[in-house]
Amino acid sequence: MKRFAELIQQLETSNKTNDKIAALVDYFREADDRDKPYVIAMFTGKRPKRPVNTALIRQWALEASGIPDWLFAESYHSVGDLSETIALILPPPEKLQDRKLHEWIQDLALLKDKTDEEKKWFILDAWNSLETQERFIFNKLISGNFRIGVSSKMLVNALARQSDMESSKIMHSIMGKWQPAEITYQDLVAGSHVNTDNSWPYPFCLAYALEAEPAALGAPGDWQAEWKWDGIRGQIVKRNGELFIWSRGEELVTAQFPELHFLLDELEDGTVLDGEILSIKDGYVQAFSVLQQRLNRKTISKTQLNTAPIGFYTYDLLEHKGADMRFETLAGRRSLLEKIAGGLKTTGVVVPSPVVRFEDWSHLARLRESSRDLNSEGIMLKKLDSMYHSGRKRGDWWKWKINPYTVDTVMIYAQKGSGRRAGYYTDYTFAVRDGDQLITIAKAYSGLTDKEIKEVNSFVLKNAVEKFGPVRTVKPELVFEIAFEGIAESKRHKAGLALRFPRIARWRKDKKADEINTLDDLRQLLQSTL
Amino acid sequence: MALITFTNKGIYCGKGGFYIDPWLPVNLAVTTHGHSDHVKWGNKAYLCHELTKPILDQRLGEDLKVETLPYGREITINNVKVSFFPAGHVIGSAQVRLEYKGEICVISGDYKIEDDGISSPFEPVRCHTFVSESTFGLPIYKWQPQAAVLDKIRDWVSDNQDKHKTSVLIAYSLGKAQRLIKGLTGYSDLYVHQSISNLNERLIAAGVDLPETIRIGPDLKKEELQRGIVIVPPALAEGRWIKNLIQPATGVCSGWMQVRAGRRWRSADAGFALSDHADWPGLLSAIEATGAEKVYVTHGYTATFSKYLNESGVPAEEVKTQYGNEETEEKEVLS
Repeated sequence: MKRFAELIQQLETSNKTNDKIAALVDYFREADDRDKPYVIAMFTGKRPKRPVNTALIRQWALEASGIPDWLFAESYHSVGDLSETIALILPPPEKLQDRKLHEWIQDLALLKDKTDEEKKWFILDAWNSLETQERFIFNKLISGNFRIGVSSKMLVNALARQSDMESSKIMHSIMGKWQPAEITYQDLVAGSHVNTDNSWPYPFCLAYALEAEPAALGAPGDWQAEWKWDGIRGQIVKRNGELFIWSRGEELVTAQFPELHFLLDELEDGTVLDGEILSIKDGYVQAFSVLQQRLNRKTISKTQLNTAPIGFYTYDLLEHKGADMRFETLAGRRSLLEKIAGGLKTTGVVVPSPVVRFEDWSHLARLRESSRDLNSEGIMLKKLDSMYHSGRKRGDWWKWKINPYTVDTVMIYAQKGSGRRAGYYTDYTFAVRDGDQLITIAKAYSGLTDKEIKEVNSFVLKNAVEKFGPVRTVKPELVFEIAFEGIAESKRHKAGLALRFPRIARWRKDKKADEINTLDDLRQLLQSTL
Repeated sequence: MALITFTNKGIYCGKGGFYIDPWLPVNLAVTTHGHSDHVKWGNKAYLCHELTKPILDQRLGEDLKVETLPYGREITINNVKVSFFPAGHVIGSAQVRLEYKGEICVISGDYKIEDDGISSPFEPVRCHTFVSESTFGLPIYKWQPQAAVLDKIRDWVSDNQDKHKTSVLIAYSLGKAQRLIKGLTGYSDLYVHQSISNLNERLIAAGVDLPETIRIGPDLKKEELQRGIVIVPPALAEGRWIKNLIQPATGVCSGWMQVRAGRRWRSADAGFALSDHADWPGLLSAIEATGAEKVYVTHGYTATFSKYLNESGVPAEEVKTQYGNEETEEKEVLS
């Protein structure tokens, strides 16, 4: 595990992508072959079932370190990570063990069926035989939650460089279904498991935000414009009599959307569609807040099926009759897609995402202004002769979003951040005015520069009114403009509404707290979107 | 009346009529050490340890009225006995011991327990009232021995040299810089920023045994720096100067580097948990050794640390001071 701990340290201490890739390449060159599939699984979010629950781990750590519960909580707030907090508060190890990463992982998996007493003995013994950094890794192995800023793209690039294979094939291979205990590193990067698996999706093609004016893109005739939909990006895979629906988070969401199950009978084997899962009623796309009622539910009620029926606006055809279509031109893929969608017996549920016809760029700019009326977020521009890329690639696909909504608010609470921002007050709660009261409307923690964070931090230190655990009430003085993508009714929030994707647009140093927006302003906005 | 009170100017000894580490101008400032959050310009007179004087001369100017005292010698100010004991924090750092009619109070300023090989090591002093910092007053802060940290730094430097990178260590100009110079001498040539070498010259003149370093100046070639170790203060950490070196790799030396979030926040290439402050076990052992009946916690994790002390049977109270901001203070000094 030492070599892996070293890798983690290298990945964490550099913020340059090239250094990280170099560290990964070195690791995959030097590490034990049996460790590697586990590392790939970890970095791509494939987690084994937790062998021991967090409450027990925490309790044992308290016992071993002899500190009171509240002090552990304070420490945790300062560190921002449970595994790391535990690694740091435990007394130094009394012996040292040097075992392979996969041995630890396999032993942890075996714990599942043991008694709590046996689990405790194993965990305490491990803690007592590992140095701080390795303890941290060990704790992360238990939680299975390894986030250290390695994107799957970065991992794939490293694997490609180390193994001399094509990166899109590796991406393909590691996104599919495999078990680290049952596959060798060589087989995994070679993708020998992929053909036998019906479910594997293709890596999504992603767009960059268009920053310049679209005129810079050249002739309008070279481009296809579509609405940019605000739903769940998904991929529908039909192979060998099986249907799979993948979300962009590489999650299988097939069961959540029964409205799409007719495709099992109507879609030809060897077909893969890219598109957006949306709530569509009477031919109209509904707001994201409506779709939201349908997400992550184990059971779906009749009412939900009625108020938030699901549809799929398909963008692209990735596989046809079992053949990979991604290297055909968009124009070619699109016309085939329209034929396939047109051939479905069930109509109005899975349809090609409409193409926006436009004369010239200024015409398109005007059309874009009406995006919100359609519950769309703006315009997508795709080059007609482009292939379907793996991941984000500059040049062929652009998203041209409309500007977000904004509201002026005042900061009323601050809390220390976690992760990179631990130790500074970086998580703020904002309020709008409601009569003579301030009412909480959003929590946000991004959008400020490090310098601004330090400035706000020192404001919080000087102007804290009350403490509630880690939260500080501060004088309502600092005004921030909050940007957000949508607004929805909410029974869980005091304001009666909730903002979607709120973030700090800018710090309005020019405004005073009595110049902020009111709750009525937001209520009016909500009415206008429904 | 208590021997000390906490006022808006600083820690005040009413019986003696003087302040300890005041942040607003007073007649007499008894000074624990030379970091600028503990000593300000503008006091009519200063009393400090003899090795703190050259630091004040360099940082605040030479026209100040500064009296000095070695460790262990006692003087009397308005019937209050005043003496200094080593705090182990930086060169010249002292705990201030006050005694009046048998009541003893110790103001420790900043301190650490481990002997760093360059500051006089911390000496516990028995007292009734102890004033403590708590910069690292959480149980997550436990330092490794200095020798182990220096080994890590050497390994890092050697790895950088293999990769033709320039090793740049970020360290406070007073304290960490001298510690690194002493610990790394002989391993590689040491190139130091002028704010460090100016201070070192004063310290050497005052009799401190400091190894030789090379002052960074315009006539030095980048290739020379690439082979050695460059030591600069935090104010330069994010500046253009470092970026212009040949493949610079930065390593921050600070207790905050103990935690991953601290390392990422500083966006350095490496972090070394090397601190001039006591860690959690250090704070607890120091307080226990004083036998104090009452502890005042001045800066750091004051609320948490005093709560813990109270629960462990040591009456403690947090007090608001303006200490604990070495880094921003140091930036002001440089700019």
